[in-house]
Amino acid sequence: MTETFLDVHSIRKDFPILAREVNGKPLVYFDNAATSQTPQQVIDTIGHYYQNYNANIHRGVHFLSQEATNAYEQARIKIQKHFNIRESHEVIFTSGTTDAINLVANGFGSFVKKGDQVLVSAMEHHSNIVPWQILCERTGAELKVIPMNQNGELVMEDYHELLSEKTKLVFCNHVSNALGTINPIKEIVDAAHAVGAAVLVDGAQAAPHIKADMQVLDADFYTVSAHKMCGPTGVGALYGKEEWLNKLPPYQGGGEMIAEVTFEKTTYADLPHKFEAGTPNIAGGIAFGAALDYMNGIGFENIAQYEEELLQYATVALTKIEGLKIYGEASQKAAVVSFNIRGIHPYDIGTILDKLGIAVRTGHHCAQPIMDFYQIPGTVRASFSFYNTKEEVDLLVEGVKRARTMLL
Amino acid sequence: MSIQDIQDGIVDEFSLFDDWMEKYEHMIALGKSLPLIADAFKTDDNIIKGCQSKVWVHAELNDDKLIFTADSDAIITKGIIAILIRAFSNQKPQDIIDANTDFIDEIGLKEHLSPTRANGLLSMVKQLKLYAIAYQTQLN
Repeated sequence: MTETFLDVHSIRKDFPILAREVNGKPLVYFDNAATSQTPQQVIDTIGHYYQNYNANIHRGVHFLSQEATNAYEQARIKIQKHFNIRESHEVIFTSGTTDAINLVANGFGSFVKKGDQVLVSAMEHHSNIVPWQILCERTGAELKVIPMNQNGELVMEDYHELLSEKTKLVFCNHVSNALGTINPIKEIVDAAHAVGAAVLVDGAQAAPHIKADMQVLDADFYTVSAHKMCGPTGVGALYGKEEWLNKLPPYQGGGEMIAEVTFEKTTYADLPHKFEAGTPNIAGGIAFGAALDYMNGIGFENIAQYEEELLQYATVALTKIEGLKIYGEASQKAAVVSFNIRGIHPYDIGTILDKLGIAVRTGHHCAQPIMDFYQIPGTVRASFSFYNTKEEVDLLVEGVKRARTMLL
Repeated sequence: MSIQDIQDGIVDEFSLFDDWMEKYEHMIALGKSLPLIADAFKTDDNIIKGCQSKVWVHAELNDDKLIFTADSDAIITKGIIAILIRAFSNQKPQDIIDANTDFIDEIGLKEHLSPTRANGLLSMVKQLKLYAIAYQTQLN
């Protein structure tokens, strides 16, 4: 395998938090799939906004409002360009992926009726299951599950069989948060479209690793959260095809989303404002743009290649530990290792690792159906980012060995 | 021995350990010595909510004293519940109700536990006290 040109030691200097100590040990941060760390450039963007041009956007005639509006709309265009989206008004700012999914699920209540079917993959995050359950309860539509195999891959033959003219919607994540599986989205989208169904892809876990091209993927909706890709919490984006966004009813009423209001009737604003009621997270939106600039400055190909090296390195080293089993062995995988050691509860391992300054996630990762599938209470999940190092992986492996000795 | 005496004993015992490793190793050893709950009582009703690992607790009255048994699927959690049971089991319900729980802070258990575990710890203490209140009502 060729080594990448990514200079991880200089990149790490951009992230002040990585210099911290935890429990007297240097922080090893392997909980990137939950939230990524924030580079100084993004932190500065937030500070700069509040120090220089904090103002409410879109309606102000004054200078600061104009400046803030420009910066916010500029961020929208950065998102548009990053995901190769046809029109900037197809980018809706949301509070994150969960908010975006709820926006679509809520709107689809008008299009789905009794007898229709909604397909959801077996490896979804709870935030991508519950809204559809609510939709199905409300409309009488039926929720069907696309099964997965022991490797943590979707069974595509079953998916194709589940599709029919009854299928109105298909929901699937691009990358599974619990297993790291990269799903074959293009195939899923094309097959759904062939029966006239729309597809929403949860891209929250994919976006930090893969630069998805909306015009190639052709999904009808795609959602991302800024905080998983070096941006701040509380902001994300929904991409929706213009025709769908025009059809969907507004999600929330309020300022920004109206064109004209009388007591008799309200006319809704054009896209994207129809879905952006109230004052948005202005600093967060602008910082999201800065985060995309930062990651693109490093380059997604470099990031993907480097993270793949980390993943392989960690997988090989962890697999050598006696009794350790990795969950999620898909051929296409993002930099996530979910594992257990026979006879040890994942919380116990997580607790010992925490004492060693290593941050991992333990539990069901908001994907209980996956844990039920493997009949386990949860896993230990280490998720890597481009600012992690092989030396840190060595510390994780040593920590897991130490935990094993203590706990068995 | 009174609850206070037992708690003081636990605090003394933990003060012997210099670092967290030894403290955790001791907790794990205590976990292995936990008076286990009978399988018949390992029901969903006996699971303590608020713990991220599963914890079952059962209480029964023996003469005028309350006896606790428990189990957990995580060994460190088992250690914590073992410490609590040592302090509160085989005591009169009213004494359990009246007992303070400062010893948890004093042995540095709370500060050494993640917030999710600390919440679970508080849920466990609350559950033991709730059992005591229930049995005290019965005794009255």
